[in-house]
Amino acid sequence: MPPVVLLSGAAFVLALLGAWVMQRRSPGEQNDEQTLIDQVDALLPQTQCGQCTFTGCRPYATAMVRGEADINQCPPGGHATAARLARLLERPSKPVDPVFGDPLAPPLVAYILEELCIGCARCLPACPVDAILGAARFTHTVIAADCTGCKLCIAPCPVDCIEMRPVVHLAAPH
Amino acid sequence: MEVTIATGRQRGVRLIGAAQRSAASAPSAASAPPQLALSLALPDGSSLVPVVRIGEYVRLGQVVAWSPDCEGTPLHASVSGQVSAIELRDAIGMSARMPAIVIDNDGRDERDPGLIPVADYTLRSAEELLARIEAGGIVGLGGAAFPTHLKLAPTPSTPVETLVINGVECEPGIQCDDMLMRYRAESMLFGAQVMLHIVGAGRCVIAIEADKPEAIAATRTAVKAAGDARLSVAIVPTYYPAGGERQLIEFLFGTQVPAGGLPRDVGVVCQNVGTAAAIATLIRTGEPLVSRLVTVTGLGVAFPRTLEVRLGTPLSHLIEECGGYTPDITRLIAGGMMMGVALPHDALAVAKTTHCVIAATAADLVPRGPAMPCIRCGDCAEACPSHLLPQELYRHAVEEDDAGLARFGITDCIECGCCDAVCPSQLPLVSVFGAARRQLQVNTVTTERRDLARQRFNAHTQRLAVEQAERQRRLKERRPAGRKDE
Repeated sequence: MPPVVLLSGAAFVLALLGAWVMQRRSPGEQNDEQTLIDQVDALLPQTQCGQCTFTGCRPYATAMVRGEADINQCPPGGHATAARLARLLERPSKPVDPVFGDPLAPPLVAYILEELCIGCARCLPACPVDAILGAARFTHTVIAADCTGCKLCIAPCPVDCIEMRPVVHLAAPH
Repeated sequence: MEVTIATGRQRGVRLIGAAQRSAASAPSAASAPPQLALSLALPDGSSLVPVVRIGEYVRLGQVVAWSPDCEGTPLHASVSGQVSAIELRDAIGMSARMPAIVIDNDGRDERDPGLIPVADYTLRSAEELLARIEAGGIVGLGGAAFPTHLKLAPTPSTPVETLVINGVECEPGIQCDDMLMRYRAESMLFGAQVMLHIVGAGRCVIAIEADKPEAIAATRTAVKAAGDARLSVAIVPTYYPAGGERQLIEFLFGTQVPAGGLPRDVGVVCQNVGTAAAIATLIRTGEPLVSRLVTVTGLGVAFPRTLEVRLGTPLSHLIEECGGYTPDITRLIAGGMMMGVALPHDALAVAKTTHCVIAATAADLVPRGPAMPCIRCGDCAEACPSHLLPQELYRHAVEEDDAGLARFGITDCIECGCCDAVCPSQLPLVSVFGAARRQLQVNTVTTERRDLARQRFNAHTQRLAVEQAERQRRLKERRPAGRKDE
């Protein structure tokens, strides 16, 4: 076999390989993935509650885009969000799986019973959106306008002084 | 009723054969009911805050509720008597029950002694008169109930050249503005002069529809009698919705109010004839807005007429005043035949926005077939008085595409129903647009909240990571140097 043919054959195979690698992990593809994650994240309610078993809305969005999670794991978003996610990701539509939580639960906000609060500051890092105002040995309080109702502050409280209350007025953010 | 698309400068539809059934007698005062309920609901879904207590005695014209954040104007007792309850009640056009103040009428109409007239308004400053108009609870009586003092408030960057007094009552059925111009033109013109004084405009155009010859004649006579060169009457052809504020300005002056802008941006302020008359009453007698003209019409009521009605009067009492229902009543509607809303029952109370009550029978209602697919004929776009493309809006509304809805100008939809009336596929366009518009408002707030939560979550995660790294670093530093290689 003449070397020219061999060489050109090898070059062709290399080119193919290169093209395949490029296609698999091209910056364009990564950008596309990030854009899609952004779009999925925009549909999620941003409660950061972790009911989907992920650590927040964006991690869940990432998992969905990579095919590692289903579209029906977000109870705060409700069935409407599941349907929108299905449409965006071109997957079969299905209602929220009640295993993850109640999709019909009304929106709630955390409320600290200030006369019981001992100022231990354990709920502060637990709040995913820093909606609790306080410091060690000072009474804490919840900024209702920023609270997403995720309930993550309830478990760390040693004196059970945090309760969930219905949202009275859905005010526009400041 | 036959519907054709209006042509030329008139944007909208002509409604041929729309019956006007109210008797053409002077509007008389409806009797005050034994009990009335003043709804505290505001058009945006919020509500006023009561300033009286259950059991308290209130006098006619006394403030019973106000708006701490100045979103609405105060509400006054429309009779004298005792407050028997403050409770949630159904309100016209509201999907939720809204707080209302229930007053047991003692029939004495004892006036609040604090109500004093203004002797000579020309000696008062615009600010003082505006404060009085606000305190008098006066809002736009054409239907939108926008606080009048806000609409008249001076804006130095956009001076007002023309005041338009809107007597174009284009919706079939409604007749209260027509009656007001026929029998109270002088009062209306006085109110217009007060407003001219406030906004400092050079001229005032009283716009009246061509199909109201009596109102035109009465207003012309009153203008002549007033001898004020600033006042003039303009005749507007009969089409719908010629009386929409933006539509009227476009027809009269040929200029469009920009999207998202106000009539002021083109040097115009528009006020309803009823609002002008209410200002006249306030200035001359000191009496705040405690009653309004309401047209009761339709084949479902025995004697259709226009009445002067106290705010808070139950619709059932109003129907009694008009001789009760006829046997073939099928639907009760608040508002006109085009934009009115069907009511669930008649235990609802007259509010500042209630200009018309239609007791409709099957003959009054336009039968509607099942919705068919859009054939893209474009009739809706030709009829739309806001220059929108309803067929495109419909597509985006069905797809819940907020960005598309915003791009095609959903916020400029006035929900007049012209597209609906001309659609050969009988698509429920206007109800879809109404729902989409409100959903868009909710979504806008939700998106803002979500963006904020996302931002705070990211900041929180980053801060925790930095703290963790810092702890690791300190731990490393504290270790003895000798154990480093272990």
